[in-house]
Amino acid sequence: MKYFRRFLLIALFGVLVFGTIFSAQAQDRTVVIGFTASQSGRYNVESTRQINGLNLWLNQVNEAGGIILSDGTVITFNTVFYDDESNTDRVQELYTRLATDDNADFLISPYSSGLTDASAIIAEQYGKIMITTGAASDSTYQKGYSLVFQTYTPASRYLTGALDLLASLDDTVENIAIVHENDKFSTDVSTALNDYAIAMGFNVVLFEGYDSGTTDFAPFINKIQDAAPDAVLGGGHFQDGSTFARQMHEKDLDVKFVALLVAPPEPNFAELGESAIGVIGPSQWEPLAQIDEAAAEAAGMEFYGPSGEEFVTAYMEAYEEEPSYHAAGGYVAGLLLQRAIEDADSLDTQAVKEALDALDLLTFFGHIQFDITPEQHGLQIGHSMMYIQWQGMADALEKDIVWPPEAVTADALYPLNGGE
Amino acid sequence: MDILAFLVDGLLIGFVYGIAAMGLTLIWGVMNVINLSHGAIIALGMFGIYLLFSLFGVNPYIGVVLVALAGLITGMLIYAIAIHRVIDAPHLSTLLATFAVNMIIIGLGTSAFSTSPRNVDVALGSIEMGPVAFPATRAVAAVASVLVTGALYYFLYRTTLGKYIRAVTDNRAAAELMGIPSARILALSFGLGTMLAAIAGGLIATFFPFTILSGATYELKSFVICVLGGVGNPVGALVGGLILGSLEGVIPAFMPTSWVPVLEFILFVVILLVRPTGLLGRKK
Repeated sequence: MKYFRRFLLIALFGVLVFGTIFSAQAQDRTVVIGFTASQSGRYNVESTRQINGLNLWLNQVNEAGGIILSDGTVITFNTVFYDDESNTDRVQELYTRLATDDNADFLISPYSSGLTDASAIIAEQYGKIMITTGAASDSTYQKGYSLVFQTYTPASRYLTGALDLLASLDDTVENIAIVHENDKFSTDVSTALNDYAIAMGFNVVLFEGYDSGTTDFAPFINKIQDAAPDAVLGGGHFQDGSTFARQMHEKDLDVKFVALLVAPPEPNFAELGESAIGVIGPSQWEPLAQIDEAAAEAAGMEFYGPSGEEFVTAYMEAYEEEPSYHAAGGYVAGLLLQRAIEDADSLDTQAVKEALDALDLLTFFGHIQFDITPEQHGLQIGHSMMYIQWQGMADALEKDIVWPPEAVTADALYPLNGGE
Repeated sequence: MDILAFLVDGLLIGFVYGIAAMGLTLIWGVMNVINLSHGAIIALGMFGIYLLFSLFGVNPYIGVVLVALAGLITGMLIYAIAIHRVIDAPHLSTLLATFAVNMIIIGLGTSAFSTSPRNVDVALGSIEMGPVAFPATRAVAAVASVLVTGALYYFLYRTTLGKYIRAVTDNRAAAELMGIPSARILALSFGLGTMLAAIAGGLIATFFPFTILSGATYELKSFVICVLGGVGNPVGALVGGLILGSLEGVIPAFMPTSWVPVLEFILFVVILLVRPTGLLGRKK
């Protein structure tokens, strides 16, 4: 009996010790997400919002107890990041450090197509899955990568909806001008737009780029005036886009329709006052667009994550500003990673990659599905752009969605200048 | 194609380029210091107008006067703190000192304002003269630039302090022997240079959106204009600004706008080779 008691005690002790060891192994795993943020340089604003969105997701998932795998492992998330100074050379150096020294489990892209293109090669080289956000160029996904997945609608479909809108508003329009910033993203968008315009039967009377950092568009606007288009499409990023819009208005450019990249959806664009009225811009996402379970049910799709309303409320509580699409993109990049880990039930790179390959669902950001063909693996094929327009009076501007028809919150203001 | 519209737009912006370059050329000519904080000061001028306008509702053109005074004082402080000790050291020291000032301003500015573009909404409408239409804000900026150039010219050539500055420019040692307090004159010169940069920034803010990084573009243009017009010559800076502005206005009429910087820098190299003292610079 004495020996039996001893045996029982030893057995109990053994069970406790091994149980503690095994349960500790199964209960605690902190996943490191690595990325660079443009805390200085020209992408500071967009990048900050993107990281705000990502951090909101991370805080929410951690506060909710993390992800619990079927073996009981609790996954929580931590981040390691550096300032890339909006500089391509810094990005390659820093992502190498994230993949090697910091041993990040997963990577999130920096903001902008140029920086993302530079970082994607590092992710692929070191076998790390990278969810890209704030990066729309198609070409990054046409280089044979298998671990890079795009959140945004690609550049080739960025402005094409604006032409669909124009065609729906006025079937007499023939001549359009496409002017764009000479950077990778804007050039990709404009080249695809040019092909689409020609296919639709438009006559592109001016197709020209301007240097990044251009501040004086007056000579350029004179050139557009000489070409006499009905519509101007193109642009680049916030700074040049807002300057261009303001100067077109100041010089009273006689066109019926203006659609510019990036700048118009930003809340600060309203600071332009009268110059902002009527300007259309493509947006990856808008707070106005309430995508939720009901929308998913109507579309016959699975919904995942918070609704648009829940995201907007949480973001405004956290950062005291309305989220832009950059912020939503940052959040959804984390959300997709979360879903892929849940589906894979593992942190293994190959298993998570296969889970991402299989994703086909609706989030508050929109439909998400990746191209899995070898030619353009990781390219976003589910998500579509929305087109906003600033309407109202100069001192009380409001942003409305004017395209696509299923998301419209107001009829498009057309033509500009009252039809003159 | 109406080439006049292209030319007028270029000339109007050229006046403001001229003012920006005048600040750089004054410091370069008087002190033999290449001021790498010039662009950052231009950006501060922009933000000065923005803050006065958005926080206190000050008319941007009255704001330019306040920003000019602030620029003068800031410049004299920068001289006293960062430049004076290294003024006689090799060129690299003053370059590094002004570069450090530049980095401090950009860093503090980014921290305070981010790099989010700001806009001062000045709506003066447009002016139509025959086939040419241009924003009234640019016309006002051009007139202000001419007035500032005139005032600077008067100051340098008709006042005692101006004569002191020219004396120090010509020969600092001789000026000191004649009892001119060269340290104070150098501080004043640096203050005037930054004042002109701040004015240029303030005027630019009335028609272009800007960020804390926007000054770099105008700093680069100012270097080209200084070489074009002649280092140390305010009128040369204005002429150089007008030439550069005209080129930027007219070139896009004939070829893609991406050719503008190429042709500008070809001109820069040609002037350096053919007439290193600039179009209105003094022959050595």
